[in-house]
Amino acid sequence: MGVGVLYDATKCIGCRGCQVACKQWNQRKADQTSNTGSLENPPQMTAKTVTKIRFTELEYNGKFQTVFTKLQCMHCEHPACAEACPVAALQKRPEGPVTYDDNRCFGCRYCMVACPFGIPNFDWDTPIPWIRKCTFCFDRQSGGLKPACVTTCPTGALKYGNRDELLVEARARITAAPASYVDHIYGEKEVGGTSWLLLSPVPFDKVGLPKLQEEPVVINAERAMSMVPPVLVGVAALMTGFYWVSKRREQNGGKKNQKPEKQGAVKK
Amino acid sequence: MNEVQLPQKRKFPTGLAVLTALVVLGLIPVVIRYIYGLGAMSHLSDGRPWGLWISFDLYCGVALAAGGFTLAGAVYVFRLEKFHSVARPAVLTAFLGYTLVILALLVDLGQPWFIWHIFVSPNIHSPLFEVGICVVSYTAVLALEFSPAVFEKFNWHVPLKVVRAIQIPLVILGVCLSTLHQSSLGSMLLISQTNLHALWYTPILPLLFLNSAIAVGPAMVMFESTLTGKALGHKVSHEIMEGLGKAIPVILGIYLVLKIAGMGMNHSLGLIFTAYPYNLYWWAEIIIGIITPIVLFTNKSFRKSDTCLFWGAAIVVLGLILNRFNVSMFALAMRPGYSYFPSWMEFAISAGLVADSMLVIWLAYRLLPMMQHEPGQAAAPGTTAR
Repeated sequence: MGVGVLYDATKCIGCRGCQVACKQWNQRKADQTSNTGSLENPPQMTAKTVTKIRFTELEYNGKFQTVFTKLQCMHCEHPACAEACPVAALQKRPEGPVTYDDNRCFGCRYCMVACPFGIPNFDWDTPIPWIRKCTFCFDRQSGGLKPACVTTCPTGALKYGNRDELLVEARARITAAPASYVDHIYGEKEVGGTSWLLLSPVPFDKVGLPKLQEEPVVINAERAMSMVPPVLVGVAALMTGFYWVSKRREQNGGKKNQKPEKQGAVKK
Repeated sequence: MNEVQLPQKRKFPTGLAVLTALVVLGLIPVVIRYIYGLGAMSHLSDGRPWGLWISFDLYCGVALAAGGFTLAGAVYVFRLEKFHSVARPAVLTAFLGYTLVILALLVDLGQPWFIWHIFVSPNIHSPLFEVGICVVSYTAVLALEFSPAVFEKFNWHVPLKVVRAIQIPLVILGVCLSTLHQSSLGSMLLISQTNLHALWYTPILPLLFLNSAIAVGPAMVMFESTLTGKALGHKVSHEIMEGLGKAIPVILGIYLVLKIAGMGMNHSLGLIFTAYPYNLYWWAEIIIGIITPIVLFTNKSFRKSDTCLFWGAAIVVLGLILNRFNVSMFALAMRPGYSYFPSWMEFAISAGLVADSMLVIWLAYRLLPMMQHEPGQAAAPGTTAR
C-alpha cells in the first residue's frame, strides 16, 4: 500500500504554515479576500489555495473548543475524479498520490462534479484555465522529499509515512487518549479509503467534513461502463435483425407497415 | 430534379431579425470569455462548476435531438414508411442539436482547443469519454444521413449513390451510438453519488436516460415539425402526428415503471413524500412529463386534433427539460457556501445557439428538398436502400 499523511487536529495550532509552504512550493498566488471576522482565510479553497486550515468554533462535551481541520485533496484509493476524467489527466499513482497533468486537461470540470469531498478547483479568471488541486507534492516525493506542508509543520500535526503504518499509529493514539479523540479515523474507510487520514477531538461532520459511505463512489459508474461493449454489440445485432425481418416482410408482399400517404405515395 | 421550392406564403422578417439579433447578442459573451475567462461572464464557480450550458445545451440538447435516431430507426430499420416524410427534418434537427452541443462546449470547456486530447490520451473508463466520442461520431453520422438532401439539391449523383448504399448501416450505427451516449449521460451522474439527491440517484439512471430520450424523440418531431410547418406554410399529415402520438404513452409507461422500480431498488420511494422541497421538483417532473402525457395521448378524441397533439408533445418536451434540469442542476448539490443563478450572458449564449439552429432550419426548408412527401416529387429521395 502507498504513502499517506496523518493529520492530528489535537496537535494543530492553526499557524497555517502549511498553507504558505504549499503556495511557495507550487507557486500559487494569494487570493484576494476581505475581512470575514475570522482568522480563517481564505474563506474557500480556490485554484490558488489548494490547502487551507478551517477554523471551527463549537461547543462539544460541554466545552467550548476551537478545532482546526486541514483541507486538501484526500487522495482517495478509488478516486472519482480519476474515473471521471475523460483524458486521464487525473491519475491515481501506485505510490498513493492522485496527480494532475496540465498537458492533458481541457477543462471539462467533470472532476469537480464527481469529487465527493469537493476538492478540485478551477481557474475562473483566466482565458487559459487549469484545474488545481493538491498533488500530494508528487514532484517532491519523486525526489525523496516529504510534501511541503508536512515538512513545514512545526508541531508534528502532519505525519508522513506508509498508510498502513499510519493507520496503526492513529489507532494507537486514540487508544492511548480516548478522551481527546472521537473514535473515528476519517479516511480509513470513507469512499473506500483515502491516503490522507484525519484525527479529531470532535465528530467530523461538526467540522464540515462530509459523511460518506464506505463503498467507493465509482462502483455504479464502473458497472455501467463495463456494460458498454455488450450493449453496443447487442443493439447492433438487434437492429440488423429487425431490419432483416421487416425487409423480408416487405419483400414477401406484406403491406402491413405500408400505408400510402394522403399527399402521395412515398415509395416508388 | 427535386427542385422543391416551398411556396412563399408568409414572410416573417421580424422573426428573422429577432433570430439574427439573438445570434449577435450571443457572440458578445463568447468574446469576453476568450479574453477574460469563464468567471468574467458566467456565474459558474468552484461550488457550481457545471451550469446552464451543461444542463440545457448538453443534457437537454442531446435528449431533444433523440428524434433523429428514433425516427431514422423507425423508418429505415423497422420500415414504418408512413413516417418517412418527417425523417429528414428529424435528422436535420438532430444534427443541429448536436452541433449546438459542440458549439456550447467550445464556450464551456476551459481549453476547447485541446479537445482532441480525448482521442490521443483517452480514459476509456470515463463516462464523459464515451459521451464525447459518441457525440462526435454521431454528429458525423447525422451529417451523412442528412447529406442526400444536399446532394439531391445540387444533382451530385456519385456521392448520392455512395451515401444511399451505406444508408442502412449508417442508420444502425446511429442507433447504436445514440443508445450508448444517451445512456452514458446518465452514467455520468452515477459518479456524483454523494452529490445527486437520492430521489434521482439510482443505479439504473443510464437506462432511464435512454428511455426518456426515446420517449421525447417523437414528441420533439411533432413539436418541431408543427412549428416549422406553421412558420413556413406546409402541413404535417395528421396520420403522422397521430402515429407518433400513439407511441408516446407506451414508451412513457415503461419509463414510469422503470423509474419507480429504480427508486424501489434504492429504497428511496418514501422520499417522494418527505424530501421537501426536492420532492416538489420530482412530482412536477412526474406529473408534467409522464402522467399527463400518458393520460392525454391514450385518449382517442385527444389524438383526433392536431392542435391537441402539438400541445401534448410540448408537455412531453417540457417534462424532459424539467427532468434533465433536475438531475443536472436542481438536485445536484452545490458545495457549501455557494449559490448559482445563470448570468444574462450564459442565457445569451444558449439563446444565441438555439437561434443559430432555427436560422439553419429555416434556410434548409427554403433551399433543400426537406419534405419528401410534397406533391410533384417523382422518385422520393433516400427512400430506397440498395
